[in-house]
Amino acid sequence: MTARTSQEAATIVRIRIPSPLRSYTGGSEVTVAVPVLAPELPPTLGGVLAALNLNYPGIRFRIIDEQGKVRPHVKLFVGTDATRDLSSPIPSGATLMIVAALSGG
Amino acid sequence: MARLPAAARPALARRTRLLIATRKGLWTLTGDVSRNGWKLAGPQFLGHIVHHATADPRDSRTLLAAARTGHLGPTIFRSSDSGRTWKEATRPPAFSEESGRVVDHTFWLTPGHPSEPGVWFAGTSPQGLFRSADGGATWQGVNGFNLNPQRKAWCGGDQDGTPDGPKLHSILIDPRDAAHMYIGMSGGGVFETPDAGAHWWPLNKGVRADFLPDPAPEYGHDPHCVRLAGGHPDRLYQQNHCGIYRLDRPGDVWQEIGNTMPKTVGSVGFPLAVHPRDPNTLWVVPMDGTSVWPRTAPGGRPAVYRSRDGGRSWKRQDQGFPKSQAWWTVKRQAMTADNRDPTGIYFGTTSGEVWGSRDEGRSFRCLARNLPQIYAVEAATN
Repeated sequence: MTARTSQEAATIVRIRIPSPLRSYTGGSEVTVAVPVLAPELPPTLGGVLAALNLNYPGIRFRIIDEQGKVRPHVKLFVGTDATRDLSSPIPSGATLMIVAALSGG
Repeated sequence: MARLPAAARPALARRTRLLIATRKGLWTLTGDVSRNGWKLAGPQFLGHIVHHATADPRDSRTLLAAARTGHLGPTIFRSSDSGRTWKEATRPPAFSEESGRVVDHTFWLTPGHPSEPGVWFAGTSPQGLFRSADGGATWQGVNGFNLNPQRKAWCGGDQDGTPDGPKLHSILIDPRDAAHMYIGMSGGGVFETPDAGAHWWPLNKGVRADFLPDPAPEYGHDPHCVRLAGGHPDRLYQQNHCGIYRLDRPGDVWQEIGNTMPKTVGSVGFPLAVHPRDPNTLWVVPMDGTSVWPRTAPGGRPAVYRSRDGGRSWKRQDQGFPKSQAWWTVKRQAMTADNRDPTGIYFGTTSGEVWGSRDEGRSFRCLARNLPQIYAVEAATN
């Protein structure tokens, strides 16, 4: 879905939040508005996470390291597709699922 | 021996509160005035790996805790009300994008000099040095170290070093001069700066490094824990992978003092604690460093060893400990002394027990058990 804010068009992205990150969001699901710069340029995964961090400061660094890499025990799904590429496009209406995957005691 | 003037020494504490950082969260043990009764509280940050938690002696209210979870990146939590409430740092320690390096976790926290309220230092794994000027809310890299062209030669690669990651620890600030600091690195050795971190040089002469082709290199050593002697900042003690050492400045050659330990016990260990007022008194916890390095109490018979003469001789202190089948490991941050008289000595084991002595090690008793693996024990004074 695409919404128009007071300044610019934005895509609303639904994000499913794993329990280790709910201290930031307060819930298991949030939505963020990601600016759409041009119709032919859909928002990227990196843009969605930046928007998420604007709403919940500090959350991005727990998921993405300072070199822009997804941390080893975090998995990201856009729809049903796993990705670790922050330039991945986020189609309109897609859901981003963040998974904290860890084995061991 | 020149000691700090009385006015520069911290006042005696009235109570002891221990901050117990574990692999699964943070607990506190608060003693009564006599240090006979102890109350365990926690956990806070349950499920977080808390590598270190330290109180700020400059205000007796501020606490910082270095934490991460198994899944998530590292962060710093701050409390300005003695641990009742916590806020997360808005900019935790992180390397510059240009460096290509990634902080795995913050390993060590040190409050800054008394003349610089709000200043803190953090050491990370892999080796990095960070400074906060706002009480731990935001952190900046100390570029004189992190971007030093010699850093990789000093430390090796980010994948080198100790089993749970190479680390920068033992950030020591000269109480007479805020700009004069020491750091310890595993691996790397001990380094000194005269100018708040702009320039550094190695300080490892006399320290063995028998795991390297050159047994006496300029750097690349493995200090496990380095401390300034209580009341005498021109003296340093070091528990190293290769023994126990003392350095008296302005000298720059460490004297090995672990070679007077009993041969059957050895001089391998991780933590080292110093008496807060007597620069000749220190404690170590020997670990088995033979064959494949079990790193447990030698023979399953744990003991603390105390020296009252700067390491010339040692006394075994084990009253209260199990006499057999106690295979403890005590990590490098998991032993501390309080600022009481007589001084209390405390340590935590990887098997989740906290032990304490209120008579400078003459006798110990177990203050808590069944905690998760203990990474660090620090005494907060108030």
